[in-house]
Amino acid sequence: MKHRKSCRVLRELRTDFTFRMNNKVSVYRKEHFCAAHRLNNPSWSEEKNFAVFGKCNNPNFHGHNYELNVKVTGEPAPDTGFVIDLKNLSDLIKDEVLEKLDHKNLNLDVPEFLHLNPTAENIAIVIYNILRDKIDKKLDLQVRLYETPRNFVEYPA
Amino acid sequence: MVFLTRIEHFNAAHKLYNPEWSKEENEEVFGKCANENWHGHNYELHVTVKGEVARDTGFVINAQILSKLIKQYIIEELDHKNLNLDVGFMKEKLCSAENLAMAIWQKLISHLPEGVNMHSVKLYETPKIL
Repeated sequence: MKHRKSCRVLRELRTDFTFRMNNKVSVYRKEHFCAAHRLNNPSWSEEKNFAVFGKCNNPNFHGHNYELNVKVTGEPAPDTGFVIDLKNLSDLIKDEVLEKLDHKNLNLDVPEFLHLNPTAENIAIVIYNILRDKIDKKLDLQVRLYETPRNFVEYPA
Repeated sequence: MVFLTRIEHFNAAHKLYNPEWSKEENEEVFGKCANENWHGHNYELHVTVKGEVARDTGFVINAQILSKLIKQYIIEELDHKNLNLDVGFMKEKLCSAENLAMAIWQKLISHLPEGVNMHSVKLYETPKIL
Protein backbone atom coordinates (compact mmCIF):
# COMPACT_ATOMS: atom_id res chain seq x y z
CA MET A 1 0.00 0.00 0.00
CA LYS A 2 2.75 2.37 1.04
CA HIS A 3 4.72 1.46 -2.08
CA ARG A 4 1.71 2.14 -4.33
CA LYS A 5 1.23 5.54 -2.75
CA SER A 6 4.85 6.57 -3.30
CA CYS A 7 4.58 5.38 -6.93
CA ARG A 8 1.59 7.67 -7.40
CA VAL A 9 3.43 10.62 -5.86
CA LEU A 10 6.38 9.96 -8.17
CA ARG A 11 4.08 9.74 -11.19
CA GLU A 12 2.44 13.04 -10.28
CA LEU A 13 5.81 14.67 -9.80
CA ARG A 14 6.95 13.39 -13.17
CA THR A 15 3.79 14.61 -14.89
CA ASP A 16 4.14 17.97 -13.21
CA PHE A 17 7.81 18.20 -14.22
CA THR A 18 7.07 17.28 -17.85
CA PHE A 19 4.25 19.79 -17.90
CA ARG A 20 6.47 22.60 -16.66
CA MET A 21 9.42 21.76 -18.91
CA ASN A 22 9.53 23.62 -22.16
CA ASN A 23 11.42 22.30 -25.13
CA LYS A 24 13.14 25.55 -25.94
CA VAL A 25 16.69 25.38 -27.21
CA SER A 26 19.15 28.21 -27.82
CA VAL A 27 21.28 28.10 -30.95
CA TYR A 28 24.22 30.42 -31.56
CA ARG A 29 26.10 31.71 -34.57
CA LYS A 30 29.47 33.43 -34.25
CA GLU A 31 30.65 35.92 -36.83
CA HIS A 32 33.44 38.52 -37.02
CA PHE A 33 33.95 41.94 -38.46
CA CYS A 34 36.79 44.48 -38.40
CA ALA A 35 35.94 48.16 -38.19
CA ALA A 36 37.26 51.60 -37.28
CA HIS A 37 35.45 53.99 -34.95
CA ARG A 38 35.86 56.82 -32.47
CA LEU A 39 33.77 57.74 -29.46
CA ASN A 40 32.73 61.37 -29.60
CA ASN A 41 29.81 63.48 -28.47
CA PRO A 42 29.58 66.41 -30.93
CA SER A 43 27.64 68.56 -28.43
CA TRP A 44 30.60 68.48 -26.00
CA SER A 45 33.90 70.39 -26.17
CA GLU A 46 37.09 68.66 -27.33
CA GLU A 47 38.33 68.69 -23.71
CA LYS A 48 35.18 67.11 -22.31
CA ASN A 49 35.20 64.42 -25.02
CA PHE A 50 38.80 63.59 -24.20
CA ALA A 51 38.06 63.60 -20.46
CA VAL A 52 35.15 61.14 -20.88
CA PHE A 53 36.27 58.92 -23.79
CA GLY A 54 40.08 59.16 -23.35
CA LYS A 55 42.10 57.55 -26.13
CA CYS A 56 38.89 56.20 -27.74
CA ASN A 57 38.26 59.82 -28.78
CA ASN A 58 41.31 59.96 -31.12
CA PRO A 59 40.15 62.19 -34.04
CA ASN A 60 41.81 59.87 -36.57
CA PHE A 61 39.89 56.83 -35.28
CA HIS A 62 41.13 53.48 -34.02
CA GLY A 63 39.69 50.01 -34.61
CA HIS A 64 38.75 46.55 -33.42
CA ASN A 65 38.17 42.96 -34.44
CA TYR A 66 34.60 42.60 -33.26
CA GLU A 67 33.17 39.18 -32.49
CA LEU A 68 29.43 38.86 -32.80
CA ASN A 69 27.49 36.03 -31.12
CA VAL A 70 23.85 35.81 -32.15
CA LYS A 71 21.61 33.68 -29.93
CA VAL A 72 18.22 32.46 -31.16
CA THR A 73 15.90 30.63 -28.76
CA GLY A 74 12.77 28.64 -29.53
CA GLU A 75 11.30 25.18 -29.87
CA PRO A 76 12.80 22.96 -32.58
CA ALA A 77 10.31 22.62 -35.46
CA PRO A 78 8.81 19.09 -35.56
CA ASP A 79 9.56 18.63 -39.27
CA THR A 80 13.22 19.79 -39.36
CA GLY A 81 14.38 19.55 -35.75
CA PHE A 82 15.78 23.07 -36.15
CA VAL A 83 15.12 26.16 -34.02
CA ILE A 84 16.43 28.09 -37.02
CA ASP A 85 18.50 26.76 -39.91
CA LEU A 86 21.98 27.97 -38.89
CA LYS A 87 23.01 28.31 -42.52
CA ASN A 88 20.11 30.73 -43.03
CA LEU A 89 21.03 32.59 -39.84
CA SER A 90 24.65 32.82 -41.01
CA ASP A 91 23.59 34.14 -44.43
CA LEU A 92 21.26 36.64 -42.78
CA ILE A 93 24.01 37.98 -40.49
CA LYS A 94 26.45 38.19 -43.41
CA ASP A 95 24.00 39.94 -45.76
CA GLU A 96 22.40 42.33 -43.27
CA VAL A 97 25.12 43.01 -40.67
CA LEU A 98 28.61 42.15 -41.93
CA GLU A 99 28.05 43.74 -45.35
CA LYS A 100 27.18 46.95 -43.51
CA LEU A 101 29.92 46.92 -40.85
CA ASP A 102 32.92 44.85 -41.99
CA HIS A 103 36.01 46.85 -42.98
CA LYS A 104 34.06 50.05 -42.50
CA ASN A 105 34.37 53.19 -40.45
CA LEU A 106 31.34 52.97 -38.14
CA ASN A 107 31.13 56.75 -37.69
CA LEU A 108 31.50 57.68 -41.36
CA ASP A 109 30.24 54.72 -43.41
CA VAL A 110 27.24 53.44 -41.43
CA PRO A 111 24.12 55.66 -41.54
CA GLU A 112 22.80 54.28 -38.22
CA PHE A 113 25.74 55.95 -36.42
CA LEU A 114 25.43 59.35 -38.08
CA HIS A 115 23.88 60.68 -34.85
CA LEU A 116 24.62 57.76 -32.51
CA ASN A 117 27.88 57.12 -30.67
CA PRO A 118 29.24 53.74 -31.91
CA THR A 119 29.92 52.24 -28.48
CA ALA A 120 29.74 48.46 -28.16
CA GLU A 121 26.36 48.98 -26.44
CA ASN A 122 24.90 50.97 -29.33
CA ILE A 123 26.38 48.67 -31.98
CA ALA A 124 24.72 45.68 -30.26
CA ILE A 125 21.35 47.49 -30.22
CA VAL A 126 21.67 48.41 -33.91
CA ILE A 127 22.55 44.81 -34.85
CA TYR A 128 19.66 43.47 -32.77
CA ASN A 129 17.17 45.81 -34.44
CA ILE A 130 18.39 44.84 -37.91
CA LEU A 131 18.10 41.11 -37.17
CA ARG A 132 14.89 41.29 -35.12
CA ASP A 133 12.95 42.40 -38.21
CA LYS A 134 14.21 39.43 -40.21
CA ILE A 135 13.76 36.61 -37.69
CA ASP A 136 10.46 34.86 -36.88
CA LYS A 137 8.73 36.70 -34.01
CA LYS A 138 8.15 33.35 -32.25
CA LEU A 139 11.89 33.09 -31.68
CA ASP A 140 13.77 35.04 -28.99
CA LEU A 141 16.88 36.88 -30.07
CA GLN A 142 19.89 38.09 -28.14
CA VAL A 143 23.10 39.67 -29.40
CA ARG A 144 26.47 39.46 -27.65
CA LEU A 145 29.18 41.68 -29.06
CA TYR A 146 32.88 41.45 -28.14
CA GLU A 147 34.79 44.64 -28.85
CA THR A 148 37.97 43.04 -27.51
CA PRO A 149 38.44 39.54 -26.07
CA ARG A 150 37.85 41.06 -22.62
CA ASN A 151 35.09 43.64 -23.27
CA PHE A 152 31.67 42.49 -24.37
CA VAL A 153 28.03 43.55 -24.16
CA GLU A 154 24.68 41.75 -24.44
CA TYR A 155 21.35 43.07 -25.71
CA PRO A 156 18.56 42.73 -24.69
CA ALA A 157 19.78 42.54 -21.08
CA MET B 1 70.23 30.13 -24.53
CA VAL B 2 66.58 30.57 -23.58
CA PHE B 3 63.70 32.27 -25.40
CA LEU B 4 61.28 34.54 -23.55
CA THR B 5 58.07 35.85 -25.13
CA ARG B 6 55.99 38.77 -23.96
CA ILE B 7 52.46 39.23 -25.35
CA GLU B 8 50.90 42.70 -25.60
CA HIS B 9 47.79 44.16 -27.30
CA PHE B 10 46.80 47.30 -29.12
CA ASN B 11 43.76 48.46 -31.08
CA ALA B 12 44.22 50.59 -34.17
CA ALA B 13 42.70 51.82 -37.42
CA HIS B 14 44.42 51.55 -40.79
CA LYS B 15 43.88 51.08 -44.50
CA LEU B 16 45.92 49.37 -47.17
CA TYR B 17 46.40 51.87 -49.93
CA ASN B 18 49.23 52.55 -52.35
CA PRO B 19 49.09 56.27 -53.21
CA GLU B 20 50.91 55.64 -56.50
CA TRP B 21 48.00 53.55 -57.78
CA SER B 22 44.49 54.56 -58.83
CA LYS B 23 41.53 53.96 -56.50
CA GLU B 24 40.44 51.10 -58.78
CA GLU B 25 43.85 49.42 -58.67
CA ASN B 26 43.95 49.74 -54.90
CA GLU B 27 40.52 48.18 -54.59
CA GLU B 28 41.51 45.38 -56.92
CA VAL B 29 44.64 44.52 -54.94
CA PHE B 30 43.60 45.33 -51.36
CA GLY B 31 39.83 44.74 -51.63
CA LYS B 32 37.82 45.95 -48.65
CA CYS B 33 41.06 46.75 -46.77
CA ALA B 34 41.41 49.77 -49.08
CA ASN B 35 38.24 51.43 -47.69
CA GLU B 36 39.16 55.11 -47.76
CA ASN B 37 37.53 55.79 -44.37
CA TRP B 38 39.69 53.17 -42.64
CA HIS B 39 38.81 50.03 -40.71
CA GLY B 40 40.55 48.54 -37.68
CA HIS B 41 41.78 45.62 -35.65
CA ASN B 42 42.64 44.31 -32.20
CA TYR B 43 46.30 43.50 -32.80
CA GLU B 44 48.16 40.98 -30.65
CA LEU B 45 51.92 41.35 -30.49
CA HIS B 46 54.31 38.56 -29.47
CA VAL B 47 57.88 39.68 -28.90
CA THR B 48 60.41 36.87 -28.38
CA VAL B 49 63.90 37.61 -27.11
CA LYS B 50 66.75 35.21 -26.48
CA GLY B 51 69.82 35.14 -24.28
CA GLU B 52 71.71 33.32 -21.57
CA VAL B 53 70.09 32.96 -18.16
CA ALA B 54 71.83 35.26 -15.67
CA ARG B 55 73.18 33.42 -12.65
CA ASP B 56 72.14 36.00 -10.10
CA THR B 57 68.51 36.52 -11.26
CA GLY B 58 67.65 33.37 -13.21
CA PHE B 59 66.31 35.66 -15.98
CA VAL B 60 67.13 36.16 -19.66
CA ILE B 61 65.47 39.55 -19.07
CA ASN B 62 63.10 40.63 -16.33
CA ALA B 63 59.71 40.19 -18.09
CA GLN B 64 58.47 43.38 -16.39
CA ILE B 65 61.28 45.33 -18.04
CA LEU B 66 60.55 43.80 -21.45
CA SER B 67 56.86 44.67 -20.97
CA LYS B 68 57.74 48.27 -20.05
CA LEU B 69 59.99 48.61 -23.14
CA ILE B 70 57.25 47.31 -25.45
CA LYS B 71 54.64 49.56 -23.82
CA GLN B 72 56.85 52.65 -23.93
CA TYR B 73 58.18 52.33 -27.48
CA ILE B 74 55.42 50.42 -29.27
CA ILE B 75 52.04 50.34 -27.51
CA GLU B 76 52.11 54.06 -26.58
CA GLU B 77 52.73 54.83 -30.27
CA LEU B 78 50.15 52.47 -31.74
CA ASP B 79 47.29 51.90 -29.31
CA HIS B 80 44.02 53.64 -30.23
CA LYS B 81 45.77 55.31 -33.16
CA ASN B 82 45.39 55.50 -36.90
CA LEU B 83 48.49 53.65 -38.18
CA ASN B 84 48.58 55.58 -41.45
CA LEU B 85 48.13 59.05 -39.93
CA ASP B 86 49.30 59.06 -36.32
CA VAL B 87 52.42 56.88 -36.23
CA GLY B 88 55.79 58.49 -37.05
CA PHE B 89 57.62 55.24 -37.80
CA MET B 90 54.93 54.09 -40.29
CA LYS B 91 54.95 57.33 -42.32
CA GLU B 92 55.44 56.67 -46.07
CA LYS B 93 55.00 52.93 -45.47
CA LEU B 94 52.14 50.62 -46.39
CA CYS B 95 50.48 49.65 -43.11
CA SER B 96 50.38 45.89 -43.72
CA ALA B 97 50.95 43.47 -40.84
CA GLU B 98 54.29 42.58 -42.49
CA ASN B 99 55.59 46.16 -42.58
CA LEU B 100 54.31 46.88 -39.10
CA ALA B 101 56.05 43.77 -37.67
CA MET B 102 59.34 44.82 -39.31
CA ALA B 103 59.00 48.38 -38.01
CA ILE B 104 58.31 47.09 -34.47
CA TRP B 105 61.43 44.90 -34.68
CA GLN B 106 63.54 47.89 -35.81
CA LYS B 107 62.15 50.11 -33.09
CA LEU B 108 62.64 47.62 -30.25
CA ILE B 109 66.02 46.18 -31.15
CA SER B 110 67.98 49.28 -30.14
CA HIS B 111 66.34 49.36 -26.69
CA LEU B 112 67.13 45.81 -25.57
CA PRO B 113 69.73 45.50 -22.79
CA GLU B 114 73.14 44.02 -23.59
CA GLY B 115 73.15 40.25 -23.88
CA VAL B 116 69.46 40.14 -24.83
CA ASN B 117 68.82 39.60 -28.55
CA MET B 118 65.67 39.88 -30.59
CA HIS B 119 64.48 36.50 -31.84
CA SER B 120 61.08 37.22 -33.41
CA VAL B 121 58.19 39.63 -33.65
CA LYS B 122 54.85 37.97 -34.32
CA LEU B 123 51.90 40.20 -35.03
CA TYR B 124 48.33 38.92 -35.18
CA GLU B 125 46.12 41.29 -37.14
CA THR B 126 43.18 38.95 -36.57
CA PRO B 127 43.19 35.56 -34.82
CA LYS B 128 43.66 34.02 -38.29
CA ILE B 129 46.26 36.39 -39.78
CA LEU B 130 49.74 36.24 -38.32
